[in-house]
Amino acid sequence: MILIIKLCKQKMHNLEFVKPIRDILKKNYIKYITIFYKEVNKKILLDVDKVIISGTSLFDNDFAKNSSYFHWIKKFKKPILGICGGFQILGLIYNGNRIKSKKIGLSKIKFYKEFLGLEGEIEVYELHNYSIHSNDYEIYAISDKCPEAIKHKNLPFYGVLFHPEVRNKDMIINFTNL
Amino acid sequence: MKCAVLFSGGKDSVYATYLTKKFQHKICCLITIISENPSSFMFHTPSISQVKKQVEIMNYQLIIQNTKGEKEKELIDLKKAINNAKNIYGAEAVVTGAVESAYQASRVQSICNKLCLECFNPLWQKDQVELLYDLIKNNFEIIITGVFAYPLNESWLGKKINSEFVKRVIKLNEEYQINPAGEGGEFESFVLNCPLFKHKLNVINKKISGKNHSWKMDVEVT
Repeated sequence: MILIIKLCKQKMHNLEFVKPIRDILKKNYIKYITIFYKEVNKKILLDVDKVIISGTSLFDNDFAKNSSYFHWIKKFKKPILGICGGFQILGLIYNGNRIKSKKIGLSKIKFYKEFLGLEGEIEVYELHNYSIHSNDYEIYAISDKCPEAIKHKNLPFYGVLFHPEVRNKDMIINFTNL
Repeated sequence: MKCAVLFSGGKDSVYATYLTKKFQHKICCLITIISENPSSFMFHTPSISQVKKQVEIMNYQLIIQNTKGEKEKELIDLKKAINNAKNIYGAEAVVTGAVESAYQASRVQSICNKLCLECFNPLWQKDQVELLYDLIKNNFEIIITGVFAYPLNESWLGKKINSEFVKRVIKLNEEYQINPAGEGGEFESFVLNCPLFKHKLNVINKKISGKNHSWKMDVEVT
């Protein structure tokens, strides 16, 4: 069972940032549940096998202001995939600095080594005003501006600043198959 | 939030308008871009007089912006229209009916980002067959007003989007890779009725033009 954590302050944004992830899982017969980040509790975290933290819109920064809701990550050992806003949360919880970094639209990034099935130069869809630098993560891919794909040095925590639910949908399936 | 919806009168933008209301946002205005370039990467080329009829029976404000439709320059005109929505009608967000096009979606996102406006794309990445069934389920009455791909022809003009239509486009997708909801520009549509309309629009006149697999039907509605 996959837990999808929604970051969006505006419910209509869930159609744009959460539903596409749900649709990919549904199409591949993968079971999931969806919950808003403020409603995550111990029981749900015990019941699920993996967690995906969604992205949200360019001006929605509530999740970053409310990072205390994500302290459970410090004790969590199961795989997490953070997408865009989710990537930023993974970094923030592990001493990261949030830095301004704007990218909107399709761009090419280079993977230094294989990352959930992605390697070499890959076209990705980006939509962010911020990125994160954290020394607790290894960088797997970088754009001309900032880290694009990271993995925690000791834990199965994966973060991508780009949106694999738009381009590179297989990456999400590869994560669920870990 | 106070939302301005990019509106062409076709199924996607009308459905995006419907969802905006369903999610209890206030629609402060609609924005219609009239492009002189029928091959624009950004905009369909709606009949403005017919879009006005749709807007009238929804009782919304409308911003009309003309553009020559030259690549990138048309974005300046779009930005001008969105800025007017912000300054005249107090828009805090822009809503689009973008489904697949990263080109269209990212350009609107960029303009909104520059103007400090939220951007909603409620149909983003939606499965095209699911989209068609959602329209039918929600009582949208839609006709095909343009076809632009093999093996589509004149006989498709005026067809209603119903379950029989969906079955046919699923088959066309399997055989010819036609996008079921016309996302690849294979067809254009016009909404005659939906829950936002005070009454149904009726086609009183139509003018068909085209050849081979590229046909257009200009309609007059009342």
